[in-house]
Amino acid sequence: MRSISVTVNGVPHQLAVEESRRLLWVLRDDLGLTGTKFGCGVSACGSCTVIVDGRAVHSCVTTMKSVDGKHVTTIEGLATGDHLSPVQQGFVDHLGFQCGYCTPGMIMGGTALLANNPKPTRDEIVKGMEGHLCRCGAHAGIIDAIAAASHAPTTGGGK
Amino acid sequence: MSKVNEEMIVPEGWGFVDTVDRRDFLKLTSSGLLVIFALTPPKGALRPVWNPAGIQRPSPDFNAFVHIGATGRVTVLVGKVEMGQGVMTSLPQLAAEELHVSLASVDVVLGDTDLCPFDMGTFGSLSVRTLGPVLRAAAAEARAVLVQMAAEKLGVAAADLEVKDGVITSQADRSKHVTYGELTEGKRIERRIEGKAALEAVANFKIVGTSPPRRDAIDKVTGRAKYAGDIVPPGALHARIVRAPAHGVQLTSVDTKAAEAVPGVRVVRDGDLVAVLHEHRDEADRALALVKTAFGPAPSTLDERTIFAHLEKSAPEGRAVAEGGNVANGEKSAVQVVEQKYLKGYVAHAPMETHSAVAAMGSDGRVTVWASTQTPFPLQTQVARALKLPTEKVRIITPYVGGGFGGKSASQQAIEAARLAVAAGKPVRVVWDRTEEFFFDTFDPAAVITIRAGLDSAKKIVSWSYEVIGAGERGSQQFYDVANHRTVVRGGWNANQNGMHPFGIGPWRAPGANANTFAREVHIDMLAQKAGMDPVSFRQLNLTKNARMQRVLKAAADKFGWQPTVAPSKRGFGVSLGDDAGTVVATIAQVRVDPATGAVQVLRVVCAQDMGVVVNPAGAMQQLEGCITMGLGYSLAEEVRFKDGVVLDKNFPTYHLPRFSWVPKIEGVLLNSPDLPAQGGGEPAIVTVGAAIANAVYDAIGARVTQLPLTPARVKAAMT
Repeated sequence: MRSISVTVNGVPHQLAVEESRRLLWVLRDDLGLTGTKFGCGVSACGSCTVIVDGRAVHSCVTTMKSVDGKHVTTIEGLATGDHLSPVQQGFVDHLGFQCGYCTPGMIMGGTALLANNPKPTRDEIVKGMEGHLCRCGAHAGIIDAIAAASHAPTTGGGK
Repeated sequence: MSKVNEEMIVPEGWGFVDTVDRRDFLKLTSSGLLVIFALTPPKGALRPVWNPAGIQRPSPDFNAFVHIGATGRVTVLVGKVEMGQGVMTSLPQLAAEELHVSLASVDVVLGDTDLCPFDMGTFGSLSVRTLGPVLRAAAAEARAVLVQMAAEKLGVAAADLEVKDGVITSQADRSKHVTYGELTEGKRIERRIEGKAALEAVANFKIVGTSPPRRDAIDKVTGRAKYAGDIVPPGALHARIVRAPAHGVQLTSVDTKAAEAVPGVRVVRDGDLVAVLHEHRDEADRALALVKTAFGPAPSTLDERTIFAHLEKSAPEGRAVAEGGNVANGEKSAVQVVEQKYLKGYVAHAPMETHSAVAAMGSDGRVTVWASTQTPFPLQTQVARALKLPTEKVRIITPYVGGGFGGKSASQQAIEAARLAVAAGKPVRVVWDRTEEFFFDTFDPAAVITIRAGLDSAKKIVSWSYEVIGAGERGSQQFYDVANHRTVVRGGWNANQNGMHPFGIGPWRAPGANANTFAREVHIDMLAQKAGMDPVSFRQLNLTKNARMQRVLKAAADKFGWQPTVAPSKRGFGVSLGDDAGTVVATIAQVRVDPATGAVQVLRVVCAQDMGVVVNPAGAMQQLEGCITMGLGYSLAEEVRFKDGVVLDKNFPTYHLPRFSWVPKIEGVLLNSPDLPAQGGGEPAIVTVGAAIANAVYDAIGARVTQLPLTPARVKAAMT
């Protein structure tokens, strides 16, 4: 057990947790941020995607040790009050979801993608999102949502 | 039980609402107008319904409550669940239309056994199809009652009154008006009806037929949407359950000493259920890994290759579900006969949300379970039985469900959570990991289908003999002009008869119809090939008595730009027709096949469907696209591998779901069909995908694949 310092959605935390604990479960169980979802536990579905220092990571296999001193953004940290981020707005406008369970991970993945490549082609979006699974088959809407966000006045960059 | 509860007992034999402690419900409806709809089912609706709880009750989807409160707000209460299909949006559209109120003034309560009337479950594309008319009738009745009350209050004739946005106004004297809220304020009015009030004419629809924003959108894009695993009662512990490695094996010893040494861990046993509990899930995972177990031998030696011979051997006697003319006589007039066997493996539901539940016992001895389930009411009975409690002591609440596809009709995890919560004396969270999800899934069953059909010299199908083992009846009946036909069903997805299957099976999106439609529509293509005809023209020639099917086929062919050519044309085009949940579908796919690897890429899919009145076009189109996309999986890759009772596919790295790069350009066509009430939308299109792709593969390279999924290896094998 040691103290991990991590900033989550702009809020600094000092957490007394085992270094080997997984970011996903610390977010969900210790910090009550249940927007980040468990899907596979082995970095194979993208449901648990969060942004760590600007990079999309699978929080189910991310240890607390590896986020010490870093900034984590989760789905709860994207909107400003009632103002959705461009990617979130894209998902609303283009019906980029059905059951919604993969959606937080998709939105975080799409947000990181646009932060690194603000004007992706359709093929680049497909390639960038390939690691995210959606069982409902909302893929077409998701691609449209991310494409629309890339044309929005301000792109949603993961902080 | 209170007086009101007794009053709420609905027509004879329909006492679904009489046994529940409805404190919250009564609070909600303590004033205002409550319309209870529990329709005597139409003739024929009392057919046996698949029933996960084994309760003998009539067909379920005829119950709705509509409440109009003192503020004029409308609450629709139904036992369906929102699992992505959009009922949270489409059902209020139906109520708002009939009540003449704004959509924004309608709230909806779903899937709560304390608040909603009995409902068998959310499956079979029934929500809009069978509950829709009920809800409309209840809302229409509510409007009729309110107009009558307004007539008395305003001293005018009811016929003089019009309703707009919940305000009732005299047309003769527009200064005379009253709101729904003013009429119901301080009153407790209850009406029980059987659908006599006049419904709004389709031509007058203003809200039905539009695509308002989905009500779950903001919750779902902000992470605020709560799924069962996100509900955390104070003091709740995660439970990780000790599992057997294979189906059918017995636990012979469990040593939890090392696990118990992990700080914060508790071990709980309830009979065969042994679980490690911890506040944090990852620490419970770590403790579970320390549990030492021993098990007996596995009884099954089957695997995904030997299963088909086993199914043929073990399947029960056949049951003829359709028969006409005489197949042997029909075959005498045939100039060509085509016989073929079709195979399909087990397919997983694999919803992104694994089976999840949280259970808590209150100080009053009632147990509340928040569950990801498609069947809250049957589950209530199952939990009560497991806990030896009266049903009214159990409440099931269904938050957002993260995908079901039939797999959450079975909700074992909720029973586990409830048992462990009682044993631990603490709220318990059970969220299956992905390996548990694959292990306990009630798979879409493997199937063997044999078809023998004859063609006469006029290229008409003159005989059709069809036997399906494993998949079941749905979708097994052909709809072409065949005078001499016989369809026999041996076993199905709803029961594991004679130990046909080495693990659980159950309903999977359009259960049975995917396998049956694949076999039939590939066989039709083989007949077209024998006839030397283009696959679309051959179908048209043999569909003269099915105008609805002709219409969707033409719509799909027109949209696709189909030019008649005998297959294989090297174009990679394939067609398939389906009839499911009251909706008829025609799908045309375009594929590219890599001759070196046998890999299939689907490039374009056109799908036309006649689903009657379309309640929410954007929602219907989303379901259609979802069907096509999900259908790519069972068509191209999904097949559960297993051996000796062990499910070998334990997670996504080996079991491949459709990904972004697989998704073709999808063009949906929803036919205008105002004379037909709304039909199913969540399932029909998926049934056509397998054959459309298989027929397109044949058209591309002349390789006929008769086993699903069309893996590269199977395509390659069929090429040689």
